[in-house]
Amino acid sequence: MDTPPPSRTGMGAALRQDSALRHATGEARFLDDLPEPPGLLHAALALSPVAHGSLAPLDLAPARAVPGVVAAFGPAEVPGRNDISPSGKAAEVLFATGHVAHWGQPLALVVATTRDAALAGAAALRPEIAELPPILSIEAALEEGALLMPPQVIARGDWEEALAAAPRRIQGEFRCGGQEHFYLEGQIALAIPGEDGDLLLHSSTQHPTEVQHIAARVLGCDYNRITVQCRRMGGGFGGKESNASWIAAAAALAARLTGRPVKLRLSRRADMAATGKRHPFLYRWRAGIDARGRVLALDATLAADGGHSLDLSGGVIFRAVTHALNAYDVPAVRITGLACRTNTVSNTAFRGFGGPQGALLMEDVLHGAARALGVPVDSLRERNFAGGPNGAETPYGQALEGDLIRRVWAEARRDADWEARRAEIDAFNAAHPTLRRGLGGFALAFGISFGIMAMNQAGALVHVYTDGSIRLNHGGTEMGQGLFIKIAQVVAEVFGVEVERIRITATSTAEVPNTAPTAASTGSDLNGWAAHQAASAIRARMAAVAAALWKVEAAALRFADGRVTAGNHAMDFGELAQQCWAQRVSLSATGFYRTPDIHWDPVAMRGEPFFYFSYGAAFAEVLVDTLTGEYRVTRADLVQDCGRSLNPAIDRGQIEGAFLQGMGWLTCEELWWDAAGRLRTLGPSTYKIPGSREMPKAFHLRLLEDSPARANTIFRSKAVGEPPLLLATCVWNALRDAVSPLGETPRLDLPATPERVLAALRRGAQVRQP
Amino acid sequence: MTGCIAFLLNGEPRRLPPATPPGLTLLDWLRAPDGAGLPGTKEGCAEGDCGACTVVLEEADGSRIPVNACLALLGQMHGRAIRTVEGLGGGAAPHPVQRAMAEGDATQCGFCTPGIVMSAWAHAREGGAADEALAGNLCRCTGYRPILAVLESLTDDGAPPPSPPPVESAEFIAPGQVFHRPASLAEALALRAAHPEAWLLAGGTDLGLRVSEHRERPGRILGLSGVAELQALAVHPGRLRIGAGVTYARLLKAIAPLPDLAPLAAYLRRLGSRQIRGMGTLGGNLGTASPIGDALPPMLALGAELVLASAARGERRLPVADFLTGYRRTALAPDEIIAAIDLPRPPAGAILACEKLSRRHDQDISAVSAAFLLRLGEGVIDGARLAFGGMAATATHAPAAEAALVAAPLAEASFEAAAAALARDLTPRDDWRGSAAYRMRGAQGLLRRLYWRAARPDLMLEVQG
Repeated sequence: MDTPPPSRTGMGAALRQDSALRHATGEARFLDDLPEPPGLLHAALALSPVAHGSLAPLDLAPARAVPGVVAAFGPAEVPGRNDISPSGKAAEVLFATGHVAHWGQPLALVVATTRDAALAGAAALRPEIAELPPILSIEAALEEGALLMPPQVIARGDWEEALAAAPRRIQGEFRCGGQEHFYLEGQIALAIPGEDGDLLLHSSTQHPTEVQHIAARVLGCDYNRITVQCRRMGGGFGGKESNASWIAAAAALAARLTGRPVKLRLSRRADMAATGKRHPFLYRWRAGIDARGRVLALDATLAADGGHSLDLSGGVIFRAVTHALNAYDVPAVRITGLACRTNTVSNTAFRGFGGPQGALLMEDVLHGAARALGVPVDSLRERNFAGGPNGAETPYGQALEGDLIRRVWAEARRDADWEARRAEIDAFNAAHPTLRRGLGGFALAFGISFGIMAMNQAGALVHVYTDGSIRLNHGGTEMGQGLFIKIAQVVAEVFGVEVERIRITATSTAEVPNTAPTAASTGSDLNGWAAHQAASAIRARMAAVAAALWKVEAAALRFADGRVTAGNHAMDFGELAQQCWAQRVSLSATGFYRTPDIHWDPVAMRGEPFFYFSYGAAFAEVLVDTLTGEYRVTRADLVQDCGRSLNPAIDRGQIEGAFLQGMGWLTCEELWWDAAGRLRTLGPSTYKIPGSREMPKAFHLRLLEDSPARANTIFRSKAVGEPPLLLATCVWNALRDAVSPLGETPRLDLPATPERVLAALRRGAQVRQP
Repeated sequence: MTGCIAFLLNGEPRRLPPATPPGLTLLDWLRAPDGAGLPGTKEGCAEGDCGACTVVLEEADGSRIPVNACLALLGQMHGRAIRTVEGLGGGAAPHPVQRAMAEGDATQCGFCTPGIVMSAWAHAREGGAADEALAGNLCRCTGYRPILAVLESLTDDGAPPPSPPPVESAEFIAPGQVFHRPASLAEALALRAAHPEAWLLAGGTDLGLRVSEHRERPGRILGLSGVAELQALAVHPGRLRIGAGVTYARLLKAIAPLPDLAPLAAYLRRLGSRQIRGMGTLGGNLGTASPIGDALPPMLALGAELVLASAARGERRLPVADFLTGYRRTALAPDEIIAAIDLPRPPAGAILACEKLSRRHDQDISAVSAAFLLRLGEGVIDGARLAFGGMAATATHAPAAEAALVAAPLAEASFEAAAAALARDLTPRDDWRGSAAYRMRGAQGLLRRLYWRAARPDLMLEVQG
């Protein structure tokens, strides 16, 4: 593809998020801001007060007796199937029946004329539950063999023999925590019944098609009765991929059964109790290394806490095991991924989808190797990067680009001024009685595409009107990530018009059907191409009209600056649109795209499942108080490969935001369950996401320059949603550096709260004073 | 004096219908179609933490107080001037703050943006550090860099303050709910004696949660924010007299110029957020008597005395330590109101340290809070008052640790001995903010830090320093 000419608003322009000004004036409408339809009822969920038990049929009369309550529904009232499984491969219920499997599990839905009455109705229910002992940890699940699905194992070479033959053998165990999405806008849906069984379902969802399917399954109707619409979400991060579906289905159920519009908006507490989170992981590994720190063999088990049901855990484990070696090469390896079943909320998609958890493994292995050899961990990275003198192929058979790994690493290290600061930090640490500084790096290779091959498809619908204005619709959803403006830029580029000519519209199953979720960082890759196809089809028809009019070759036509030109001929884009209409030429087209060249054999666990990889590297410095474990990230230097960025302003925002979100997961965000399995961190007062002071005070970011994607991506751009979240891993490494002198890295589980940092400092001190 | 709640909303006088529940949150009323019908202000958490519901109270002196609309009750808003995001600008005429947020790429999903715009608008006038201005606003998308850049670029728009009509004492009666808003202490004490069961509402940053998050609807509320006597604040050479209704924001402004109280000022800047400090009061924190009330350890270490008032018996004075009788229990009689706090200032040469351990530096509830007052003689510690929060059922002194320091030399070993003694003084508990072991080790670490503060005042000792 030729390099397109620079454009004010087309490809590569640093435009702002499509609704930015309306966000700032409060005029951008989120779902709860829509005018309330007449007769609206409000809904509230009744949630299980225990983690595990046998549930007697729930008496709904106490809820119905509360003033203002109109109706209450449990599993018996479901006209279709009480089944919300996103994969369709597991028994996952909308309302518990016979058995409760986690604290906070939905039992029933109460609808009332006011939200407070609905909440009071739900609170009036008295479920009878005979409690059973819950499984509340990954260890307990492993002991009981409680798994949600068979293990996923990726292996290469004779790892057992290579382990036995290695000059040194090391091992380790550690864990990382889960993460609440904490989208600022909680889960919400508004169902409006129409005539003859039609239902309009407004949903704050990343996956309108799945909302449609699951609502239809619960109602027992055809998909074509349900239209799902989403203009914008107040954040998603994976939390509105499968979880939005059952919330919308519950609202749809109540609307169908009452014949009235129903809104279900979860309170923050209910949202945090009843919706899934990032999977916590427990890691156990054994490795064989040589005297120079090359990792020769590795056998690792990555055990994820999937919660009580399957949800999307299969995909999360897939991504964890395919990313367990990250940017590194280990010749002989076995990676075993387990989805453990516990009596906690069913864990789900969260930005990175198991990839961030997978990539932690090699960090711990390299720390283990560094400890065994008494060398700095960063000295072992280049020795083990994939490509170069090492193998470039992942254990499942897809090639990594070793030159890009080395390039992002070298550039980040140069930006971080590593050599000079290492010396400065060591001098500071020697002099200060209570504070320590630490420096840590990280390099990343993240595969782009859905792990389920069929999901790598997208559709778009473009109309050109006779005044030359354009209406754009596609299957992607806007959750703040800037997808809508990026796709509009693609269309602007095709038509050679300013992006202001393009009307961005709400995602709707009525306009583009059978879509994939906006997830896996694929939003602009997939929908960008689909919109490109649709716009190009219209452009070709328009070009034919102009070519005939001017008696020139269609190839001689140029669409630019809002005009169509050929030699001395010129016409406004709108004028040509009018001409097309007059000549009865269609100005509307659908576009469709399927990612080429990807394949996966889930039995052999081999293939080339990713269209390409995204690369990045980062360094962080921390300042740690050895007296209290308090710390601060003082500086970060990031280099991220975005290919040829579609929109550098949007990409920068994605990278910075992902980095801080990743930091939150690894540092201050901790989900805390009590011994009875009740989540006690149910709001921002107890669950602490990063605030502005957590941003590294020196925060440097560069997009990798002159690096167009090698795969045939849309305008040679690369995905940016998830990969930079992993870059925050450098903060973990910086903390490990700070809490330990050379070669004595103590275990530091995640999240690395001040409490864990202080404990690690004490362990480090014990190592130093034998 | 039964009346209607009246205030200025975006510069326009509003008089609410008499049946409007005075205990409704400002946020619920703002957003409701039958309330203000202004959905620009968002609900993100309903617990005063995320800041999506931030609106600004415009004061007659021109100052701007950001507050959490989710915690503010309508009855408290009587006589105030409220500005929401819609009242700044919009459509074809956005306010420069709104324009700067959009043009600075400081919004992604946009849900937190209206609240941040309001915090930014207040900040443009109030000044201070951008991080401090943003401490009460969470953004999950941007990573904050562009937002901080916008805050640092803003200039005051010079808009004149509105002049809300003066208000007298009032009583708002809706079906099932009465809100008393006395204007004098005498009235307040009479109401307190007559209705001991009524919610005693100061800033409402704690009680407001029970309405906003837990959807309680109290039958009777005694709102104290209009009581003139409780608003008195006097700075004397040796002490402060702080009316129980003085907000943290006002207290901070008063002590900011006082070098001897600089550690307390820095500590109070970590208490909640600007939104919380704009409503919350010292009197409220004492009345709540939570073991993790951040205001309590400094009151204990400095030896504050409370002035308690009742209609029947007039005033009595009580040291803070005697006032706190147990977990959320106090010596306040059912007919009494906390009128004022007498806070001695540190004696010349003494070292005051106020410390807080929390998972996040800003807007977090303490795992451990502490205040230390150390008096030094010639190489010897003459006096030590050590007070902790989060380490027992109440905020409390640590007598054994204090004893270990008094008459001991200013040496690391003395503080090691005090740290060891602390384990005899206090038995903290496990919860989501920290394990008992961490709380003890962290508190001991704070004592060790006190040594370095005394011995090496030249050293930077805090990671946020």
